[in-house]
Amino acid sequence: MHTPTGTTVVAALTAAALLGLVACSTPGEDDTPGVTDDTVTIGTHQPLTGPAAAGYSTISAATAAYFAYVNDNGGIHGRDIEYIVKDDAYDPANTQTAVRQLVTEDRVFAIVNGLGTPTHASVLDYLDEQEVPDLFVSSGSLTWNQPGVYPNTFAFNADYVTEGAALAQYAIEQRPDATICVLGQDDDYGEGVLEGVEAVVGGNEIAEIQTYSTANEDLTAQIGAMMEAGCEVNILATINGFTAMAVGTAAALDWFPQWYVSSSGGDYPTLAGYLGEDTAPLLLQGMVSVNYLPFSPDDDWVELFHRINEEYNDGAPFTGNTVFGMSVGYLFAEALAAAGEDPTRESLVAAIESGDLLGNGIVPLSYGEDDHAAYRGVGITTVDDGVQDYVGTTYSVAAGQVTTVEAEPVPLEHEGIPQPPQ
Amino acid sequence: MRLTLRAAAITLAAIAATFGLDPFRNYQLATAAGVFAAVAGLTVLIGLTGQLSLGHAVLMAAGGYGYAAAATATADVAPLPVALLAGLIGAALTAGILGLLLGLAAARLHGPYLAGLTLALVIALPSAANVLPLGGEQGRSAPLLPVPEALSSLIAIEQWHAWLAIVISAAAVTPLVALRSGRHGLRMRAVLDDETAARLSGVNPGPVKTGAFVAGAIPAGLGGAALAVATQQVAPGGYGIAFSLLLVVAAVLGGLGSIGGAAIGSVLVVALPWLIDTAAEAVPADLGRRLDGNLAVLLFGAVVIAVTLARPEGIAGLLTGLRRPKTAPSEPAPTPPGEAPPSNDSKPSTNTER
Repeated sequence: MHTPTGTTVVAALTAAALLGLVACSTPGEDDTPGVTDDTVTIGTHQPLTGPAAAGYSTISAATAAYFAYVNDNGGIHGRDIEYIVKDDAYDPANTQTAVRQLVTEDRVFAIVNGLGTPTHASVLDYLDEQEVPDLFVSSGSLTWNQPGVYPNTFAFNADYVTEGAALAQYAIEQRPDATICVLGQDDDYGEGVLEGVEAVVGGNEIAEIQTYSTANEDLTAQIGAMMEAGCEVNILATINGFTAMAVGTAAALDWFPQWYVSSSGGDYPTLAGYLGEDTAPLLLQGMVSVNYLPFSPDDDWVELFHRINEEYNDGAPFTGNTVFGMSVGYLFAEALAAAGEDPTRESLVAAIESGDLLGNGIVPLSYGEDDHAAYRGVGITTVDDGVQDYVGTTYSVAAGQVTTVEAEPVPLEHEGIPQPPQ
Repeated sequence: MRLTLRAAAITLAAIAATFGLDPFRNYQLATAAGVFAAVAGLTVLIGLTGQLSLGHAVLMAAGGYGYAAAATATADVAPLPVALLAGLIGAALTAGILGLLLGLAAARLHGPYLAGLTLALVIALPSAANVLPLGGEQGRSAPLLPVPEALSSLIAIEQWHAWLAIVISAAAVTPLVALRSGRHGLRMRAVLDDETAARLSGVNPGPVKTGAFVAGAIPAGLGGAALAVATQQVAPGGYGIAFSLLLVVAAVLGGLGSIGGAAIGSVLVVALPWLIDTAAEAVPADLGRRLDGNLAVLLFGAVVIAVTLARPEGIAGLLTGLRRPKTAPSEPAPTPPGEAPPSNDSKPSTNTER
């Protein structure tokens, strides 16, 4: 039987083969991937397009700007940091491809600050199997803190349970009799914050719990139900775009409750970008949020980041995302400096697990051999006259128990360029 | 028998080809193999029975979810090869059942109505993933199948997954080829040509159309399983409307009804966006970002128009056309392009463009 089918299949497969007659798949090279004599190459996946882009696409630009600043000042151990940013549009299917490309084709030393719970969860097993350091994941899911299962994965955000508990604690301290409601994203984010709120106020004390999906860009039903339930304090586990939508939808219904927003969706400058510079100070007046990074306008770190932003980021609007991105960059540079003259993937992970890294948060980092969470405490911020700042209340959360602590900001040294340990 | 031998030869050739590829290319090959299985099912469905399904991505997703659920459940109690097998059975079952339901409706719907119904399925997928226990946007994860001990010093995990995906799609497509060139294929073509005439010759169009839908759904489900093997994840985001339409594009580009064409089409669908991404990175960042994402769609549109104008029978027809004068001058009356080979009992006069 002579048919076109057989030959064309063979032809197609040959074409596929010819697409990349570059290298073999054979594993087992000994040198450290991504590290040369004068560069260290790392990669990340970020939502540069898609539903989450408007809220978060500025983070990686800020991180890249910080690395450019470090590189201009001699790099770390004389090596420049090269930061490859891949767009995944906040879609797990794209993250899969992007991260595989980073690991196998770009041969990155580590994945740093991969953003998003659904997106990053989809590559967790793969990164673990490939033994790639998976540092400072940009999400507050508890998934990243499982040293026994994922020994190379480290979280960066304060986890969502911690944030939810701190917000609820502040709410009952400020307004003991208020009706508390929760609006959350229908994934680990919403569930985590809800868990934290429940731990503080008790499961039956939440008057209304609503959820939304990022695929559906409308919150009218949820906000209507919360208004109907007579909510006075709304705790939001929403990403920035949906925080703005919640506040805007409520205002359209002539409803102005108190908003308590998790750090991932409570960045005032970003929200003002959505709501408009004129209306934002009115709509967001008194909004309560949490943070764990330097954010006060007169802070040394903020001043330095402002300077870097002007010089290396074309003076892009300065938001919480800018501070977040640069803080991640600083923490990676600090880890790299501590990983030794000739860093390996093992020495990098060991440097973080040593517990000696300081970072630049207002509460101490909690990394250790049995703990891959970053921040176990947060400070409360509020918005007043269009300025978001710490109010001075800082909470530490352990096992559902919230305790008030003193903030311990890390002083800025060496112009924000980490030095090798002496 | 011949068919099995040929399938085995092609499968071995494809597996041999993985040695020439780097890990990322092998990952792309695994993806292409999964897409190939789905496009093969789709091309037979459209090319032989004229039923236009715009929702084949949902059938792939159904297979992926079926695979993830069955494989995860078995992985806890049984060794991984058993979990893989259970997952594949789960994939074929879920996609087959969904295909059957769709096929029952399809037998009563024609042209645009069927296209509309299948399109609605794709649009409903994200909501369905939130309402049904499918893990929302995060999707379901499938167990990671590590490289077997004996091979682990020889090949990387991407290559191993490419092998698995190739074998899975071979297992999905080979029965389809047999079906197409057998009596059922003949019945499908009869129904496509003229339902009344088919009815007069004792062929009941309803079951034939429903059967074709199931036959096109199962390979799609197995293709979804192959993707889940390669990515360890099934999420609705990967099976959106753009992807579903790309499957149709792959079938049309390759040549409707042609399995070889399906292979070419799926390689194009996987490789072209990546090639464009790579090219977009080479131009200035600002321009590149604007082109990225849009250019792929634009280019696909242009290629489809060009191919349908120049070669309505698809790229597979082009290859046949090049080959025929040289190798088979003595072949009987020219077969309509994209057609199955003329076997002794088939009439050489069917038309794929309906």
